[in-house]
Amino acid sequence: MKGGHDLGGQLEMGPINPEPESQEPVFHADWERRVFSLTLATGMLGKWNIDESRHARERQDPLAYVQNSYYENWLEGLEKLLLEKGLVDAEELILATNISSQTTESLSAPNPEVAQKILRSGVLSTMETDSEALFCIGDSVLVKASETAGHTRAPKYTQGVIGIVAAQLGCHSFPDSNAQGVHEGKYLYRIIFGGCDLWGSHSVDTEVLVDLWEPYLEVAAN
Amino acid sequence: MSHDHHHDHDHTEPPSDLELRVKALESLLVEKGLVNSETLNSIIETYEHKVGPRNGAHVVAKAWTDPEFKQVLMDDATEAVASLGYCGRQGEHLEVVENTNDKHNLVVCTLCSCYPWTVLGLPPAWYKSAPYRSRAVSDPRAVLKEFGTQLDKKSTIRTWDSTSEMRYLVLPQRPAGTENWSEQDLQQLVSRNSMIGVELARSPEHKGEDSK
Repeated sequence: MKGGHDLGGQLEMGPINPEPESQEPVFHADWERRVFSLTLATGMLGKWNIDESRHARERQDPLAYVQNSYYENWLEGLEKLLLEKGLVDAEELILATNISSQTTESLSAPNPEVAQKILRSGVLSTMETDSEALFCIGDSVLVKASETAGHTRAPKYTQGVIGIVAAQLGCHSFPDSNAQGVHEGKYLYRIIFGGCDLWGSHSVDTEVLVDLWEPYLEVAAN
Repeated sequence: MSHDHHHDHDHTEPPSDLELRVKALESLLVEKGLVNSETLNSIIETYEHKVGPRNGAHVVAKAWTDPEFKQVLMDDATEAVASLGYCGRQGEHLEVVENTNDKHNLVVCTLCSCYPWTVLGLPPAWYKSAPYRSRAVSDPRAVLKEFGTQLDKKSTIRTWDSTSEMRYLVLPQRPAGTENWSEQDLQQLVSRNSMIGVELARSPEHKGEDSK
């Protein structure tokens, strides 16, 4: 999906204007704190995975995505997931009326101790597989043009460009499927691209390394 | 544009629509039993005060002074970092990339905001902004310049786009003139920005200061 989120190489986004490191707060407003913690806490209910969560933020008007502040996009994504997964209904969310105290399923919100355990253990993306990796270190590969209308982690700027396999990173959960709720593993590779191949001859002495899954790649014609 | 949007919230004004919307959402989720208020506060406490770039500075300073630790770190960063007590969410598959005289590393996530939380905490606003995400891959030298960082002309810049669940931490070069420094003193030279790769580690005379 080509949305407002696929920003690599986009032009005219303006200056970065970083805040000095020692002066920047972790959150810039209290509502940001709340959106952050609500997102993590509801994620612990296990009703969606990280790619569904990313996809929910991406499914927006591209201009709105770029104009929103970061946590506004999180809020958009969170409300969308809560509605789509049936944890809240539109009447409750928008009108704050007819709030039912019981959700249809018995979900239990983790207490602080359980939540801290979840945060400290994390979620592994690696998976077991019996299949063999298609590509080896040193292979030239072409990133295919994305055909999906859904979520993908192959940035637009790499599509149609040839890179070299720098490492095979094992079998990892495939985001394009994971975003549809299908948990399957595919080989992940670190692909190194020359700056000149991506951006033109002025980009000398730059390289970009991108982690790409096997279905995104094909053998590059010599 | 979004690059100055986040500066708009730090003055006092009546609650915005956004604040009311978030308050309403929180009340709704608490009332439905989908979140626990104490858990919300404990998550905030963790990422606002406990997990942060001091973790990463500890890792880097140790790597500068302890060759055995550095070897483990380069071989299996997740394991090495866990041995110092730093593990969990957004650090499950960690890798350390080392700056050298001819290679400089820079980390970005062009598609969202992937960042090694276990060692750096939550990302700064600029890391998540469209200007950084767009240009870190296409014009990294100009990006470094905006942070006041000038590299040797001969060095190659490697930008790491965090598209998978792998998370990258830059190991900056140890500044000259710090040969006899303790690990604890060295930590003061390791800025968050140097571990993302937009800056170099601080020189001894700028210990603990912002680079600009």
